[in-house]
Amino acid sequence: MVCESWKERLDTYLDGELPQEEMGALDAHVRTCPSCSVDVLSRVQLKRAIHLAGKRFTPSAEFRNRIQRGIASKPRRTVLHGWMLAAAAAVVLVVGTLTSNYLGNRSGRDQVFSEIADLHVATLASSSPVDVISTDRHTVKPWFQGRIPFAFNLPELQNSEFSLLGGRMTYLEQTPGAHLIYNVGKHHISVFVFQERSLPARLSDNSDKQEKLSFNMETWSQGGLRYFVIGDASVADIDKLAKLFKGTS
Amino acid sequence: MDLSGANLQLDSFEELAIPLFDQLYNFAHWLTQNRDDAEDLVQETYVKALKGFSSFQLGTNFRAWIYRILRNTFLTSRKGLKVTMTVPLDFDEEEVLEPAIEHATPETLLLARLNHESLQSAIDELPVHFREILLLCEVEEMSYQEISDTLAVPIGTVMSRLSRARRTLRNQLRPHLQQEAGLRIARETNHGL
Repeated sequence: MVCESWKERLDTYLDGELPQEEMGALDAHVRTCPSCSVDVLSRVQLKRAIHLAGKRFTPSAEFRNRIQRGIASKPRRTVLHGWMLAAAAAVVLVVGTLTSNYLGNRSGRDQVFSEIADLHVATLASSSPVDVISTDRHTVKPWFQGRIPFAFNLPELQNSEFSLLGGRMTYLEQTPGAHLIYNVGKHHISVFVFQERSLPARLSDNSDKQEKLSFNMETWSQGGLRYFVIGDASVADIDKLAKLFKGTS
Repeated sequence: MDLSGANLQLDSFEELAIPLFDQLYNFAHWLTQNRDDAEDLVQETYVKALKGFSSFQLGTNFRAWIYRILRNTFLTSRKGLKVTMTVPLDFDEEEVLEPAIEHATPETLLLARLNHESLQSAIDELPVHFREILLLCEVEEMSYQEISDTLAVPIGTVMSRLSRARRTLRNQLRPHLQQEAGLRIARETNHGL
């Protein structure tokens, strides 16, 4: 049968791996041969179906976080983006702070602050800082449902200088939480939210502001949740974003 | 020790490896057929790849390189060894051409109605050598050359193994397709009454 030799090459043809001249000849044959055209249609359908059905498994957010932190948590010198450079500089400062803290009497509270700074820097240095990329709080908030054991509100940012970049799951000493990243000017600010009772170290009940590590941080407890706002933006900007969050409940 | 070089490497590695994370995980899960083993496999792959990154030549095909590490890691794992021991020795032998479609028109119609679960079960049931090559070609959309690099086999073997994988899949799908056809006829008959 004449078609036999063509049929033999149909898969290679559909995979786009036939030499150019054979592609043309087979194209012409398929257009005039009902048997081969039906065969081609069936194979294309199966290819499409496998392509869709094959994308079946997605990694958990926890596992993604673990791998990304495993690769991204190390200090670096060569980075591509300006904000990554800032993050890299901050790593050095964090390491310096950590070292001096170890030498001195390191309190549990400082430990938490250092880890928050570490999370902020490591995330910004990562090639994919957020798992849910959206400027819409109504998209980002539902993304956390089922991923973290609590709910929280995101502030309305209209008429403010802040914009939401997205969010990701994070862990602070095995405690799951939400990590949101905001933009203000050319600065990136991280907002972390955890359940207060799950955190290992007892933090100050009142709002606390830190001005070290070359970036600013504000933390407070509200409705059973512990918030951290951290970034290399000005104290005023950190405070403004903190106030927006405080006004959500 | 040149630390700046090491950090440059780490940056390059991260830029190349992290975007492949979801795909690698999906492929690992298909190979291992369970979440825990897939996570272990991906983690081990990243550790090995990072460690051996100095041997990778920038500008060459990183995807094929890291998939090859993942696959080799799987094949040398306890599960992988068990699976490869069950592969028949002649599985790559030259095949005799068999028309892919015996009843072209009905199959074409039924393929369009084939549900994801039936197809996923059929892929799951494929021997691992067929499953992996089919996924690399259809899901990862790798070229024959990339598949050849990943599996460390000649392109001719890629072509023949792909062909056999597709034929085996079709054979496994046939009962599902026939069942779908039966249901369709039953529905149409009921509708006509």
